[in-house]
Amino acid sequence: MSLLEIKNATLKFGGVVAVNDLSFNVEEGEVYAIVGPNGAGKSTVFNLISRFYDPFAGSFTFDGRNLLDFKADGIADLGIARTFQNIELFEHATVLQNLLVGRHRHRRTTLIEEMLFTRRVRREEYKHRAAVEEVIDFLDLQPYRDKMIAGLPYGVRKVVELGRALSSNPRLLLLDEPASGLSVEETQDMRWWIDDIRKQMGITVLMVEHDMGLVSAVSDRVLALADGAKLAEGTPGEVQSNPAVIEAYLGAGAV
Amino acid sequence: MRIQFKTSYAHDIRLFADRWTFGVYAVLLIIAFALPFILGVFYLGEVTNVLIWAIAGLGLMLLTGQTGQASLGHAAFLAVGAYSGAILMESGVPFILAFPAAGIITGVVGTLIAIPAIRMHGVYLAIATIALSILADDIIVLTEHWTGGVSGKFFMPVELFGFEIDRWGTPFKFYYLVLVVAIICTLFYRNLLRSPLGRAMAAVRDSEVSATAMGVHIAYTKAIAFGVSCAITGLAGVLMGMFAGIINNETFSIVISISLLMMIVIGGLGSIHGAFFGAIVIAFLPQAISITTKASGLTVAIPGLEQAIFATILVLFILFEPMGIYGRWMKIRIWFELFPFARKDMFRRQKSYLKTERLR
Ligand SMILES: Nc1ncnc2c1ncn2[C@@H]1O[C@H](COP(=O)(O)OP(=O)(O)OP(=O)(O)O)[C@@H](O)[C@H]1O
Ligand SMILES: [Mg+2]
Repeated sequence: MSLLEIKNATLKFGGVVAVNDLSFNVEEGEVYAIVGPNGAGKSTVFNLISRFYDPFAGSFTFDGRNLLDFKADGIADLGIARTFQNIELFEHATVLQNLLVGRHRHRRTTLIEEMLFTRRVRREEYKHRAAVEEVIDFLDLQPYRDKMIAGLPYGVRKVVELGRALSSNPRLLLLDEPASGLSVEETQDMRWWIDDIRKQMGITVLMVEHDMGLVSAVSDRVLALADGAKLAEGTPGEVQSNPAVIEAYLGAGAV
Repeated sequence: MRIQFKTSYAHDIRLFADRWTFGVYAVLLIIAFALPFILGVFYLGEVTNVLIWAIAGLGLMLLTGQTGQASLGHAAFLAVGAYSGAILMESGVPFILAFPAAGIITGVVGTLIAIPAIRMHGVYLAIATIALSILADDIIVLTEHWTGGVSGKFFMPVELFGFEIDRWGTPFKFYYLVLVVAIICTLFYRNLLRSPLGRAMAAVRDSEVSATAMGVHIAYTKAIAFGVSCAITGLAGVLMGMFAGIINNETFSIVISISLLMMIVIGGLGSIHGAFFGAIVIAFLPQAISITTKASGLTVAIPGLEQAIFATILVLFILFEPMGIYGRWMKIRIWFELFPFARKDMFRRQKSYLKTERLR
């Protein structure tokens, strides 16, 4: 059984078919990339998995459980964390606080306990901090720990968002264009991080990315998407040399 | 320049970051407790008033500053607190029980009202809550049987731990009561800020989409914020009633709601300090205005002058110091701590990135 199984998923926005009868599986422990031209429906697939949208048709299974049985705020608890294409951080909070929100699914205390800040709350806070501190070390975020998001440069925000997702100790990590807008060096860092996330932390990664260099470097399998439907699936090399993919990217007649 | 060396997580988790901060607040607390021996009765009354407003401000701050839900209906919750407190005490419930009960009742009422309001955002929520402020007046008149309607409700001296507490008879004791309540509310607020729920509130304020993706239940978090906010406001309501001695349908008007909201904006949204700074401005501004108008030899009262000055101050703050007095205070402090290395555009924000409503 695959970790994530999507079968015959379809979603329309008015007349636009954003996702069209799409099926694919993500295996435990792999890095699976989705590529495709703008408007292909890549982010929509993520939003379907996050349960922001209800699909018109199709089944979504994560670790044997039907995702459609859950609401959007229950997805994190299953062990699915994500980043957003247009960075969605908590602007008026520090990096540390942002990462700690990532721990929310591990909250075990109640309102009253928290208002009184009981021993149990304190103990839990230490645990959350220890977990978050590991992420800070892993992503080299120490210099920014107590900085407000509102003043941070773009590249750092991208890393903080990755950190927030990691802080929740997910089994599946969804990365929506982790390298878009990053410099060459920052993209290199991102590459090593994704490698380590998979190898050291054992987290399965599903990512959307335009940078084919990064995709070939880190992913085991690639899915090419066009107009919401599957064009090709296979190793990065196979997909890149697939005539249908080349045509979708370069337009008809280029082949 | 003071440098904090963080050696353990405790630095961020405990109540005071370091000895210095602890010292500052300890001194502040000692001064607060010594105040009755320093100030005369009149000024002590003024300080009491500031503290009561600050408690109400803390309540609204939790909702608006921390969770991002504007409310122009908080005068209604002051009223719920004040009336339920008065009615409970009148029917013989001792103050020690009636006071927290008034808070809890207000909290429950607030949560119930929040449930339909939770779907609304920003200005729509503000408009809907205005209705609350307006309705409160009518409801108080209609339920005259319990509330005393237009003729109002009196607050009698209360007894607590064998002391008789009365705003006029024993102003010192009343001050201490208010001070202790203010400290307790501040502690509750501060504790929430350093726990998961407080962070979830900030998450809801800044991005509902990613809060949801992190497993934060938006409606639940907002309802809790409404509940706790209204409970604190309810406590302030009882104290306001005791301070005024009598309340009626006009005591908690929409003007009070607006003042409360202005107060936390001027003080600095999202911080505990902001509630206190704002309360000082709101409580002393009328005095300051009347002193200056007298000094300038004006004998005729100018209607609406106070409101106009409030509004001007508010607009100036929104334009030039959106972070409020607290924001300005932080900047001044940092400037001194870094002296002489502060740069001119140090506080300028980085270019912020457009967020679309669409989830792309
Ligand atoms: N909330 C929405 N309402 C209406 N249409 C939408 C919405 N979200 C996406 N779409 C449309 O669905 C299609 C797929 O969009 P999607 O964001 O998934 O593309 P994408 O592959 O992520 O593209 P990009 O590379 O630009 O991020 C597009 O035609 C887009 O305009
Ligand atoms: Mg996209």
